[in-house]
Amino acid sequence: MSVLQAVPPRRTCNEIPARAGVGLKAPHYRRILETQPDVGFFEVHAENYMGAGGPPHRYLTEIRACYPLSLHGVGLSIGADHPLDRDHLRRLAALIGRYEPGLFSEHLAWSSHGGQFFNDLLPVPYTLKTLQRVCEHIDQVQESLGRQMLIENPSTYVAFAESTYWEVDFIAEISRRTGCGLLLDVNNVYVACTNQHWEAVRYIDEFPMAHVRQIHLAGHATDADAHGRALLIDSHDRLIDGIVWDLYAQAIGKLGPTPTLIEWDQNLPDWGELHAEAQRAELILSGDRQNEETVRAAAG
Amino acid sequence: MRPLAEVQSEFAAALRDRQLPIPRGCVAPDGSPDEKRFAVYRNNVASSLIDCVAESYPAIRRLLGEECFRETARVYAAQDLPRSPVMLEYGGGFPAFLEQFEPLAGLPYLADVARIERAWLEAYHAPEAAPLDPAALAGVPADRAVDMCLTLHPSVRIVRSPFPALSIWHMNIADVEVQPIDLEAGGEDALVARPEAEVQARALPAGGALFLTALMDGETLTQAAERALRSCPEFNLTDHLTGILETGVVIAGRLKRRRSRGH
Repeated sequence: MSVLQAVPPRRTCNEIPARAGVGLKAPHYRRILETQPDVGFFEVHAENYMGAGGPPHRYLTEIRACYPLSLHGVGLSIGADHPLDRDHLRRLAALIGRYEPGLFSEHLAWSSHGGQFFNDLLPVPYTLKTLQRVCEHIDQVQESLGRQMLIENPSTYVAFAESTYWEVDFIAEISRRTGCGLLLDVNNVYVACTNQHWEAVRYIDEFPMAHVRQIHLAGHATDADAHGRALLIDSHDRLIDGIVWDLYAQAIGKLGPTPTLIEWDQNLPDWGELHAEAQRAELILSGDRQNEETVRAAAG
Repeated sequence: MRPLAEVQSEFAAALRDRQLPIPRGCVAPDGSPDEKRFAVYRNNVASSLIDCVAESYPAIRRLLGEECFRETARVYAAQDLPRSPVMLEYGGGFPAFLEQFEPLAGLPYLADVARIERAWLEAYHAPEAAPLDPAALAGVPADRAVDMCLTLHPSVRIVRSPFPALSIWHMNIADVEVQPIDLEAGGEDALVARPEAEVQARALPAGGALFLTALMDGETLTQAAERALRSCPEFNLTDHLTGILETGVVIAGRLKRRRSRGH
């Protein structure tokens, strides 16, 4: 019998537990299926599973049978002025119907313009006009998918002179107006705060935690702007920075246990290193600061 | 306040064209414009597209070497931005781009090797379909079998080349010992398909590409064999039919009504 016809016997529950999960990457498919590692959930980029068939769907189906799944979109362009791509919404709806993810999230960003897709998360000015447009788009997504979506705070490298809201207030207002949930990306908080000269501790302190349903953690690269000021790049290509772990502990202190994803998209490590990051997050989630300090000391 | 559409048009134009000044109103924390900050977006867009092309064309990457590949992909990506957020589909124009890219004119086989890589990627993501059990055709009377139309697996791609493109591809994709390849040795036709779990790429015997293309055009076995025979007198229908049934690329067969012949 073909492997393609192997139907998983049953599916684990849809709900994402308040544990650490890991971004699912193709080089780790087999290892995960063979060893069934103890992680809370997996997350995939929706667009990577928009092919008609083939190995990505086969592996995801098998892994979904054993783990809860969250779905993270990177191409909906919620922050664009132009209308949402209805074909893309239909593709998302089909994927959600097929894999029944516990959470679906997208970004406060735009990535398409004039029929072209830039494959990057581009910043929006924080104005009333942008707020209205973003909220219209979120309403449309939640209505057409028939479920709540989460919006993620962005990493940014420039600010817009015309912005009239602080980012945290802007995001809080989006959630208040649309009822969407929030995805707090703690690495993005640190990257944006460094680049924009905001206080990261204050950002976490003022973030509307009542609406946060998930957390992302990732690594970043360090650069400098034209004046030699620190410029952090949201690169997802290395271990999570110590300061980001501190901010994460601060956020968990306010939120309580919350599903937390380790994102690593470039320069992939082997599974063990990725899993170790998830285990470190679980120490913080479970309030085991003593062991976390030990891990921290070992990590330098 | 400028309309959001205007802000984004200007931002998008500056992403497309590095010669343009950075968009108005894009500032550092002190309110001053900062070229290097905006450059992060320009670099992110360019490098993410180059990375995507690199993932899709690993043999071309190995043939050209990292530096030459990335420069080539950079020129390609700048003139063929994605038109869909589904990046699995991106890079379809790369083989045609290679064919006319002047600096690589000395490597005329590159475009066909790239076509095989593109076919591989399309087959990888193609819809599922179960191969036809050859026994299912056993009951068809011999005199009617020649009037059958066969449906091929949706992952089937055929790449014809005047160069040994499949051999070049294979030597640069698999962990095999690199051997000299005679570019004058003649062309190769490749069948790329994913009838079961994994993508397979194999050389087609003479006439096979014409035969399969005819079947995909909806012609009957007889018509397809006639088409192959016109340019390949040694074409043998039984051998080819057995071959494609064994590889699993046939998913259905149906008898065409005789009166519709010749359409």
